[in-house]
Amino acid sequence: MYSDKVMQHFKSPQNTGEILDADGVGTVGNPVCGDLMTMYIKVKDDRIADIKFKTFGCGAAIATSSMTTEMAKGKTLEEAMKITRGDVATSLGGLPPVKMHCSNLASDALHAAIKDYYKKQETSAEVKK
Amino acid sequence: MSTTKRVNMDYAAGKPVDPRAIEAMLPYTKTSYGNPSSLHFAGQEAKRAFDEARIKVAELINAEKVESIIFTSGATESNNLAIKGIANRNKESGTKIITSSVEHMSVVNPIKFLTTKGFQSVFLPVDKLGSLDVGSLEKELDDKTTLVSIVYANGEIGTIEPIKEISKIVHTKNAFLHVDATLAAGHVPIDVKDLGVDLMTVSSNDMYGPKGVGALYVKEGIRIEPQIHGGGQQKGIRSGTENIPSIVAFGKAAEIAKAEMQLNLEKLTKLRERLIEGLLKPLPYTFLNGHTTNRLPDNASVRYSFVEGESILLSLEINGVSVSSGSACASKTLEPSHVLLATGLKHEEAHGSIMFSLGRENNLEDVEYVIGLMPNIINQLRAMSPLTPKELKK
Repeated sequence: MYSDKVMQHFKSPQNTGEILDADGVGTVGNPVCGDLMTMYIKVKDDRIADIKFKTFGCGAAIATSSMTTEMAKGKTLEEAMKITRGDVATSLGGLPPVKMHCSNLASDALHAAIKDYYKKQETSAEVKK
Repeated sequence: MSTTKRVNMDYAAGKPVDPRAIEAMLPYTKTSYGNPSSLHFAGQEAKRAFDEARIKVAELINAEKVESIIFTSGATESNNLAIKGIANRNKESGTKIITSSVEHMSVVNPIKFLTTKGFQSVFLPVDKLGSLDVGSLEKELDDKTTLVSIVYANGEIGTIEPIKEISKIVHTKNAFLHVDATLAAGHVPIDVKDLGVDLMTVSSNDMYGPKGVGALYVKEGIRIEPQIHGGGQQKGIRSGTENIPSIVAFGKAAEIAKAEMQLNLEKLTKLRERLIEGLLKPLPYTFLNGHTTNRLPDNASVRYSFVEGESILLSLEINGVSVSSGSACASKTLEPSHVLLATGLKHEEAHGSIMFSLGRENNLEDVEYVIGLMPNIINQLRAMSPLTPKELKK
């Protein structure tokens, strides 16, 4: 059912865990639906210096989380915002059609984490003012 | 794959055909290929084989007459034939159908279909252990009810329903009782006369016969509307040339199941008990689905909090173990199993369910292997899960 690449990421997921002093955190999904993921990012010079994830979900949810962190690491925030669900699925050698929408949420979690970072930046800029 | 060991614990999804059943069917594929409707020698040979198979299936469930056994293409057709056959035949006397909320889709969907044709349906609740709420049956059963269809035991939770008690209640009114015994027949002693069942679905593959064949027991004197019309075979209830090779193998499988039932029942119950104990003990937040003792001998259904069933299934698969999961992700509908939800589980609880169904081939070594794998699999997934409470993390 799954591609070798998906199984590889499922077997050895990369960048699991949380970043306690993260600059941005994004959570998407809902345990009721069977998928919940949180992305933590550390930002340096407008680039994603470190990224980690926590995921409750099926094989596709875990594999897309792992793949998304690999794709985002080292990218500028602007570049990372452009990573789509389709890009993640393609990099994994495709996903079963039924999984394309329900479990392919990792890029959304990444975007949520970046938006959270921007929001925090604005707040701290306002505080400085 | 790091290991070549393969352990199947998904026998409810499919079983190998007993070699003795294959042996029995072979002559009817090669040399004795006659049509039982033909009057010549080859036809009569096939007819005899058909009759013998029917006796064996009838004996397995203690049917009063061999003619009470109608062969079908499997449990799905048997359930359809029973439900639509009774409902349509009796629609002048009533249009209400009662069933439980822990039925297989081949019972749920024919009933749902009938509700688009003017019938009414009631899905009775079960308790936390999956046992039917018989009080609600008493309340719902009325003069308009023509059919009550209850599963003998559902494979997702394993709980055996109180069929005898249900039968007594159903027959206080003019309704018929259909029992889907797909996963139970051939595994636990079933006596349709003692239970007071009017119709019963029996599956071949679930008792190590071939797939694509099953039977419906219809009590003597009960008339049902045929669903397949044609040449009038099997008293006109199920037209179509009888699938003699498969029916012969099914008959053989039924004979073996009856002869070896006690042996297998004891062996599987022991393995199941050890499996359940070994799965529950080492890990916190791990629970049994279904009844603790009153369950199918081959069924262990367990749920793990904070993790999702498909990821457990895949982790087991990587280690050579085949199981089924109750999670949405393993289904076509993306909804967790309605059976698990009916036992009062929340969606997120149902998602973490795994079903182990044992087979005759399993031994204690297989069970210990699976027990040994689980802590690592669950701890790894829990470490990755945002739902895992802090105290569980190292």
